[in-house]
Amino acid sequence: MSKTRASGRTVGGLRSLSLQAPAVTLLLLWMLIPLGMTVWFSLQRYNLLMPGMEGFAGLENYEFLFTDPALWRAMGNTLLLVGSVLAITVVGGVLLAVLFQQEFPGRGIARVLAISPFFVMPTVSALVWKNMMMHPSNGVLAWLAGVFGLPAVDWFSSLPLTSIIIIVAWQWLPFALLILLTAMQSLDEDQVEAARMDGAGPLAIFFYITLPHLKRAISVVIMIEMIFLLTIFAEIYVTTSGGPGLATTNLAFLIYIQALLDFDVGLASAGGVVAIILANIVAIFLVRLVARNLES
Amino acid sequence: MTTLKTKQAIPAEGHLATTPASEARARHTPLVPSAGARRVWLTLLGWGIALLIFFPILWMVLTGFKSEAEAIADPSLIFTPTLESYVAVQARADYFKFALNSVVVAFGSTLLALAIAIPSAYAMAFLPTRRTKGTLLWMLSTKMLPPVGVLVPIYLIFRDFGLLDTRTGLIIVYTLMNLPIVVWMLYTFFKDLPRDILEAGRMDGASTFQEVVYLLLPLTLPGIASTGLLSVILSWNEAFWSLNLTSSNAAPLTAYIASFSSPEGLFWAKLSAASTMAIAPILVFGWLTQKQMVRGLTFGAVK
Amino acid sequence: MATLQLHNIVKRFEGTEVIKGVDLEVNDREFVVFVGPSGCGKSTLLRMIAGLENATSGDIMIDGKRINEVGPAERGLAMVFQSYALYPHMTVEDNMGFSLKLGGVSKEERQRKVREAAAILQLEPLLERKPKALSGGQRQRVAIGRAIVRNPSIFLFDEPLSNLDAALRVQMRIELARLHEELDATMIYVTHDQIEAMTMADKIVVLQGGVVEQVGSPMELYHHPRNRFVAGFIGSPKMNFLAVERVSASPTGVEVRLPGGETCTVPVDGSSLRDDALTLGIRPEHLQLEPEGPLSGRIEVIERLGGVTSLYVRMQDTLVTVSADGNVENRVGDTLRFGFDRACAHLFDAEDLALPSLARHPLAGLNRQDNRAPSVAGGQ
Repeated sequence: MSKTRASGRTVGGLRSLSLQAPAVTLLLLWMLIPLGMTVWFSLQRYNLLMPGMEGFAGLENYEFLFTDPALWRAMGNTLLLVGSVLAITVVGGVLLAVLFQQEFPGRGIARVLAISPFFVMPTVSALVWKNMMMHPSNGVLAWLAGVFGLPAVDWFSSLPLTSIIIIVAWQWLPFALLILLTAMQSLDEDQVEAARMDGAGPLAIFFYITLPHLKRAISVVIMIEMIFLLTIFAEIYVTTSGGPGLATTNLAFLIYIQALLDFDVGLASAGGVVAIILANIVAIFLVRLVARNLES
Repeated sequence: MTTLKTKQAIPAEGHLATTPASEARARHTPLVPSAGARRVWLTLLGWGIALLIFFPILWMVLTGFKSEAEAIADPSLIFTPTLESYVAVQARADYFKFALNSVVVAFGSTLLALAIAIPSAYAMAFLPTRRTKGTLLWMLSTKMLPPVGVLVPIYLIFRDFGLLDTRTGLIIVYTLMNLPIVVWMLYTFFKDLPRDILEAGRMDGASTFQEVVYLLLPLTLPGIASTGLLSVILSWNEAFWSLNLTSSNAAPLTAYIASFSSPEGLFWAKLSAASTMAIAPILVFGWLTQKQMVRGLTFGAVK
Repeated sequence: MATLQLHNIVKRFEGTEVIKGVDLEVNDREFVVFVGPSGCGKSTLLRMIAGLENATSGDIMIDGKRINEVGPAERGLAMVFQSYALYPHMTVEDNMGFSLKLGGVSKEERQRKVREAAAILQLEPLLERKPKALSGGQRQRVAIGRAIVRNPSIFLFDEPLSNLDAALRVQMRIELARLHEELDATMIYVTHDQIEAMTMADKIVVLQGGVVEQVGSPMELYHHPRNRFVAGFIGSPKMNFLAVERVSASPTGVEVRLPGGETCTVPVDGSSLRDDALTLGIRPEHLQLEPEGPLSGRIEVIERLGGVTSLYVRMQDTLVTVSADGNVENRVGDTLRFGFDRACAHLFDAEDLALPSLARHPLAGLNRQDNRAPSVAGGQ
């Protein structure tokens, strides 16, 4: 009798497993092989430009990496980029979500316009900003400055990282808006009305009702953006190429330089390991949050 | 407002008795116009900000209809629209090569991802085991691996297998890149289907295959479609792998547009025309699926 | 058409036993209702009969054949789900004919059978509609129609009325009873509502915590509950329970001391009674205002329903419900005395088991079918 049960379960389990097998196997390979190789290469002396020099390097690559001021510069840039974009998009996203939650004519279209930048491919948005917005002589911003009698700013040479931050924030603000607006719609209208009956003004409603309701969505936005922002690449690649100097080189771009320009596989891999560790610190929190949500 | 009106009607009552009727009206009437004024301000603010955010895209679209001379002239909304940039871009045969690469790679990887993910999501939603939740979370965590962290090995593997600068190579990468999101989204859509309906089908004598074909697929088609669209959007816009793994043969539009970044490519009108064509379909897809996208992008954590 | 037997059915989910050895006999053409509080295992039991859930152990037999390993569609059953589970993308006609389509029945035959079933349920005008365009009651009827089309040997109903509003529920209850007579089929019906159980069942199965507490006709459960749980579950308003003390016990009656200090003798068999602390159960409708009655208390709340007035009376530390005449003129705060028919009182021992009544109630053996033919009224 207990046999029927056991076999019943295994048959169901086997069927479930075999249906999942392709996806699971592929992802396992996709994760483990490159990950293993990255870790392995990071311990090797391996430069494609210097064949015959390969060999075990121990922690040499890491030593070199960590004593290289470029890494610290890149880390600093990464942090500044991630932090600024997060601040802009989260604060802006909350405010915009509140705005676009209000009833006004054409709200639907206005919303669609406001979230559009998120669907623009990064190379296009970077080039549009670089050429048509921020160009020191022909850009819209330079023209605007001229209208107000201000000197034009040469964005990418005098404020390179700020320029990158503006472009990336422009792409990700709509993401925050989209998520927060969706979260906002699940706010119980009765709760707001009850608060209003209790004498809460618009500010009190925002701080005591809306913001707490958005807490979870905000943390999701922060974590997902962090993971993507840590490895911003295309925007830098098409605008500044990491320069001037190292002014806009972030971790991702540094690894790219080491790997595909200097062909130093070992060093680039060590950088890759650092990037993976950084991303995983964030990922742990995100996975935990999603897991908690999966329970309910 | 009703109470105010009643009070006006009975001026003898309470403190209003001491207030002249005109003052009472003055306190009453502003309520209505201020609500209207609030609405006007809201409309202006909402549209103002929306247009401000949208402006770079709008400007790009407009620039696409300008001549190259007008494009770099002082910004102006008044110009004679011309299709010459579009003609010029279309005339360059390689534009179509890049566009075709984008289409093949985005749709190819999406179809492949759906084919792999549907059985998996079906099993997770309808034949859950104790490990299902763990598997889902693990899949999610593979998405957290920064691409730059595995750039070197993927590049070397692709070099050794002759996959560099091939569509097949990009399709493989994009399929794997989007697989966790596709599985996850399909899982949540399947999970939303009331269990009872599939059980009723089983009571009616449907085999697993019939259950999937007659009930599951038709009922979750909108979900599958929006999952597919999200995957297309993500593949279409992907720029890390396309820039690093392709050069000329398999380069999709992201890489093609990037080639305008060189100083000699200072043809803004053509850049704009090409960019407009590159983003237009995706923009429409994005508008159509914003609701479902939230689900996919946040792994169901925000509904 | 069909009989069903369950032998020692056990169901375990992840190690916890939710059905703990159920034995049951369902006769041909019987209307059996599984009733119990939520989580008692009644739906699980039904789903095992349907084949949607595997029994961990035990035998499920239809017409004497073990069908544990037979797939749900091959068992010859039809099920009506709580959520109706209509296929939202199919018309009413396609919904009802889906099983025939899967079974390879020709289109004409399908149409004929669907129309036949639709006629029974007055669904003909709705055949072209999709479920979305139907009201709750109509969806319910389509779900039943889908079951009828399959011409099953046993109908299974999983709380089919719980999503309807009160008025519709009463109407559907009557319609289901009519359908049972018209189709002359075996039906198993799951509900948590004891009124549905009382009004429709030939046989009620009271479940709690995965165990069958009692099986019997509605009147048997009402008049002779086996234990305190069944006594409290069947009947509305709920039976009152008073803590009493044994004075003396004999095979012809048990004398107890009531909360107020008075004593009375309940006509139950006390021959094997060991306990001193007992529970006296009296239904609200069996309590009357009686100036010399043995119970007394102060009215705390009065609910007037017109025909009946419910008095909530504080007797010591229990709040007792009394169903009084609609015209009683008492007020909240009045202190009154109550009496009760000793033969209608129940006595429970310390294990909450009822002591056997000395006399069987004349209607206890009454079946629902017996209501139809006056000649058999009174039963055996």
